[in-house]
Amino acid sequence: MHELSIARAIVAEVESSALEEGIATIEEVRLKVGALCGVIGDSLNFCFEIAADGTVVAGAKLAIERVPVLLWCGECERAVVPENQLLFQCPECKALCADLLSGRELEIVGYSGERRCEGVPAW
Amino acid sequence: MVSDDSFIELNRRVLRANDLVSGGLRERFAHAGIRVANLISAPGTGKTELVVALGELAASAGVEMAVLVGDCATDNDARRIAASCPMVRQIVTDGLCHLEASMIGEALSGFDLAEIDLLLIENVGNLVCPSDFDLGEDLKVALLSVTEGEDKPLKYPHLFSSADLVVVTKLDLAEAAGCDLGELGANIAAVNPGALVIYTSARSGDGIGQLFKVLAVGG
Repeated sequence: MHELSIARAIVAEVESSALEEGIATIEEVRLKVGALCGVIGDSLNFCFEIAADGTVVAGAKLAIERVPVLLWCGECERAVVPENQLLFQCPECKALCADLLSGRELEIVGYSGERRCEGVPAW
Repeated sequence: MVSDDSFIELNRRVLRANDLVSGGLRERFAHAGIRVANLISAPGTGKTELVVALGELAASAGVEMAVLVGDCATDNDARRIAASCPMVRQIVTDGLCHLEASMIGEALSGFDLAEIDLLLIENVGNLVCPSDFDLGEDLKVALLSVTEGEDKPLKYPHLFSSADLVVVTKLDLAEAAGCDLGELGANIAAVNPGALVIYTSARSGDGIGQLFKVLAVGG
């Protein structure tokens, strides 16, 4: 269940940014998650809802962009997508490739939200 | 009333907070001249038995070794390790399935880093979660025993593909367990081509010297 730690980290990063930016409500948080991160979408959504509760991030949805594994094949001298995302093998020449170009990302792209209204009395 | 829908770009790593702490630890370790290894495996692979054997070797080689050991509960492992390596501290995570960099920083307080040559961090037994959390180590070490099945690296590629070193344990049981070491090696290579693999037995002592050398001084 590393998803709970990951969800808490997402909430903390977005919350501190929202405070700086004067964002009052957050609709969506966009993530990039590499195929090699071992992050389960359903589990992350579940943990995110719990972690966001009681913060400015509460109620926001997660939009997860999956990043596939991309390898550099030294034999073919080009970037290749392996047939099995978890085996580092060139689909053409079948050589094993150790050079990973993408697939380990775990990033917050950004978030959409609504700014606090200026000049409105806080009653 | 004016409102403004905005998209705020962050483009930052989710585990940035952990990475900031682990980056600070890495600097402290480098400054103090400490080599650090993060040992990750399933529960029952034999990490603690291996650490005990490494501790005996360190004591005889005059290398000052320290150990931080993480478990969900109990200090059993720290007590086992203390017999060969007195500089040991247990981190009880109260159920958390991995160690995070901030826990390492806290657990080190009270240790004189200048006295330590080699720090082993025995992570919580888990093949998935610990691999995302950098602890400031020089080497991320994935371990598996000959009794866990030759296809384990294929089942848990997240860890095995990102490890700097793979250690096979319980080599003395290979024949009894019917483990095909050739197939095991090929499966490690399939997810981590070029990875250094060391075959060990804490019981017989096989491979312990080679492993100790790689951990304490590098390749």
